[in-house]
Amino acid sequence: MSMNLRNVLLFAAMGALLVAVGVIQSANVALAILNLCLISAIMTLGVNIQWGYAGLFNAGVMGFAALGGLAAVVVSFPAVPQAWAVGGPRAMLGLATGVCAIALAIVAWKRMPGSRRLRGWAAAGVALAGIAVMRLVIDPAVEAIEAVEPAKTGFLGGLGLPIVLSWVVGGALAALAAWAIGKIALGLRSDYLAIATLGISEIIIYFLKNEEWMARGVKNVNGLPRPVPYEIDLQQTLWVQDLAARLDFNVIELSSIIVKLCYAGLFVVALAVIFWLSERALKSPWGRMMRAIRDNETAASAMGKDVTWRHLQVFVLGSAVIGLAGAMLTTLDGIFTPTSYQPLRFTFLIWVMVIVGGSGNNLGSILGGFVIWFFWIEAEPIGLTLIEFLTSGMAQDSALRLHLIENAAHTRLATMGVVLLLVLRFSPRGLIPEREK
Amino acid sequence: MTAVTDILNALALLSNFVLVPGLAYGSQLALGALGVTMVYAVLRFSNFAHGETMSFGAMITILVTWWLQGKGVNFGPLPTALLALPIGIIGTVLMCLLFDRFIYRYYRRQKAAPVTYLIVSVGILFILSGVVRFVIGPQDRMFADGERFILKARAFKEMTGLDQGLAIKTSQGVTVVTAVIIVALLFWFLNRTRTGKSMRAYSDNEDLALLSGISPARVVAITWIITGALAAVAGTLYGLDKGYKPFTYLGLVLPIFASAIVGGVGNPLGAIAGGFVIALSELLLTFAYKRVIAYLTPGDWVPDGLVQLLATDYKLAVSFVILVIVLLVKPTGMFSGKTL
Repeated sequence: MSMNLRNVLLFAAMGALLVAVGVIQSANVALAILNLCLISAIMTLGVNIQWGYAGLFNAGVMGFAALGGLAAVVVSFPAVPQAWAVGGPRAMLGLATGVCAIALAIVAWKRMPGSRRLRGWAAAGVALAGIAVMRLVIDPAVEAIEAVEPAKTGFLGGLGLPIVLSWVVGGALAALAAWAIGKIALGLRSDYLAIATLGISEIIIYFLKNEEWMARGVKNVNGLPRPVPYEIDLQQTLWVQDLAARLDFNVIELSSIIVKLCYAGLFVVALAVIFWLSERALKSPWGRMMRAIRDNETAASAMGKDVTWRHLQVFVLGSAVIGLAGAMLTTLDGIFTPTSYQPLRFTFLIWVMVIVGGSGNNLGSILGGFVIWFFWIEAEPIGLTLIEFLTSGMAQDSALRLHLIENAAHTRLATMGVVLLLVLRFSPRGLIPEREK
Repeated sequence: MTAVTDILNALALLSNFVLVPGLAYGSQLALGALGVTMVYAVLRFSNFAHGETMSFGAMITILVTWWLQGKGVNFGPLPTALLALPIGIIGTVLMCLLFDRFIYRYYRRQKAAPVTYLIVSVGILFILSGVVRFVIGPQDRMFADGERFILKARAFKEMTGLDQGLAIKTSQGVTVVTAVIIVALLFWFLNRTRTGKSMRAYSDNEDLALLSGISPARVVAITWIITGALAAVAGTLYGLDKGYKPFTYLGLVLPIFASAIVGGVGNPLGAIAGGFVIALSELLLTFAYKRVIAYLTPGDWVPDGLVQLLATDYKLAVSFVILVIVLLVKPTGMFSGKTL
């Protein structure tokens, strides 16, 4: 019971911090932090499924989150009929050719008679020829699509469906990528998975930056449709104006708060569902088996468990959750910017959240996501204040002082590193440790 | 006669755009991969912070270079950074030893799993990237001075009478020469000296080495000294050649790991070979062969497209694809090494 009390107190303290920001800075800032805390918590749950349940190190969180973002664009953005007319079918045919080439290469590798070496060369030959054919098919289509009003569209657009659907699609897309990478890297030494996932995530980002026909690349996709009302519309409605008058609040600010609250409501529902499912999985026989594999692979495989297959399963599941969170993030932003995906922010920061929260404990992951995101944002004003205070004795225009103030924002990176190392050293089980059975 | 000139022109073109930059980039990757491989062979973990260690070394070198330039010191035609490099090496080595003493040593005594070290290295990655950005800022920094070229394209054309120029930048020459010296020193140390042999013994079989009276603390310290020095040199050379920007060094981790794995993690010879394999295949696969083919085919025929296998933007994908192929076909790498 005391454990439960401790958890309640930790979450209450976190809530108090957010309220404090609401009072000191503004309610809008606090809610903006809260929304990203919720998304971070879901990403952290995803990584916890891989690391906490099964001990797999995924260094490609960024890539899976970006695939979720791509899904948000593809599902929600209205189609661009002109672009479809000039190159849509041909581009799809090109994609299909690429998929067929890969499938054929795999078949050649697996099914062809002959020595390993021969099959290897055959597979490589098939893959290269397939890529050449794909380029022949797809290149003119890409050129045509990107030439359609390049300043406004220049891409195929999406399906024009409600953006919330993309959360599921993003999860599926990330799961697919995870399956491919897991097939290659699982079953080898543990750091190979880390390096392979690091690689795939960088390549996904390069792909999204360069394939403009798909999601405009570095030109970004603006104005994704929202699942919640727009501020402007809210400001016109009577009940908002009425409420603002009664609370003595600025209408513009109130509308923005309402929008953020709507998002928060959606995110809380998603977080609750994923948390419930994760807990169910962890407590089920499947969860016990995963932990058994994590704690002693040799013993588990001697008991007849297919370790590699189970690892693949859990890796795909965790990545799907990360992809879902990625789609949610793009939904919240309303804009898809491939350049914003940085490994420090999207991969390694999530890792700090998992470790600080408590690996293996879902509640801990949620808390870790909240705490670390809060300090990631608030470290900047805190660091700036601290440096201004420390250097207040120097001359106003001292070069050192100006340099320190200008670069104060970067202290948060170092702070995160120090926090991670301190937790690992002095409290390696995190804020809310895994429950012993 | 024209046929021979055409072939020579094609060769000059390839050398200018593939061979020379490939050798320089390959040397930088090889030095980086050597650092990763040394840590792996002795301390048995993948050091994700190695890219930032390189960045840290380059940063110190740049700061000292600016100070020297401010004092009016220069190194003639060579970049001043070479004079500053020893200080950069010392700074990086001290940093590595400090981190080992206060962070890694604890986990060594705990006999922690390799993946714990990996997470620790992520913590160090954060600290280093914060420190570097805090001290020198996130902007681009140019610090190369001295002569820009060893061989200018025009001089080459006049010398040989070919249409195609071949230019060699000073930074490229300096990179290759420095890499050769460093690698020679490293191999001499590992194979000829008593300490080097004890390191190889430790990496090969820890328990046996302990029984033979080899001090693990000493071996670990020397490993960090070598790793720090290699990282500082690699980081500085990369910065000289391509311009220093803190952000790019995190991205270097992937090709560096790919080089180390392709060659066989833990095998120094493999790290060097891997570096060149990755660098040259990146350039060969993203090079536009249009003009080369135009020279090699008779008549005035010129291909329509660029004849480029992969868009230049996908350079990074090349190292990844090679990594994947090696993982699938021969996970132990070309030299199947595990030991020094």
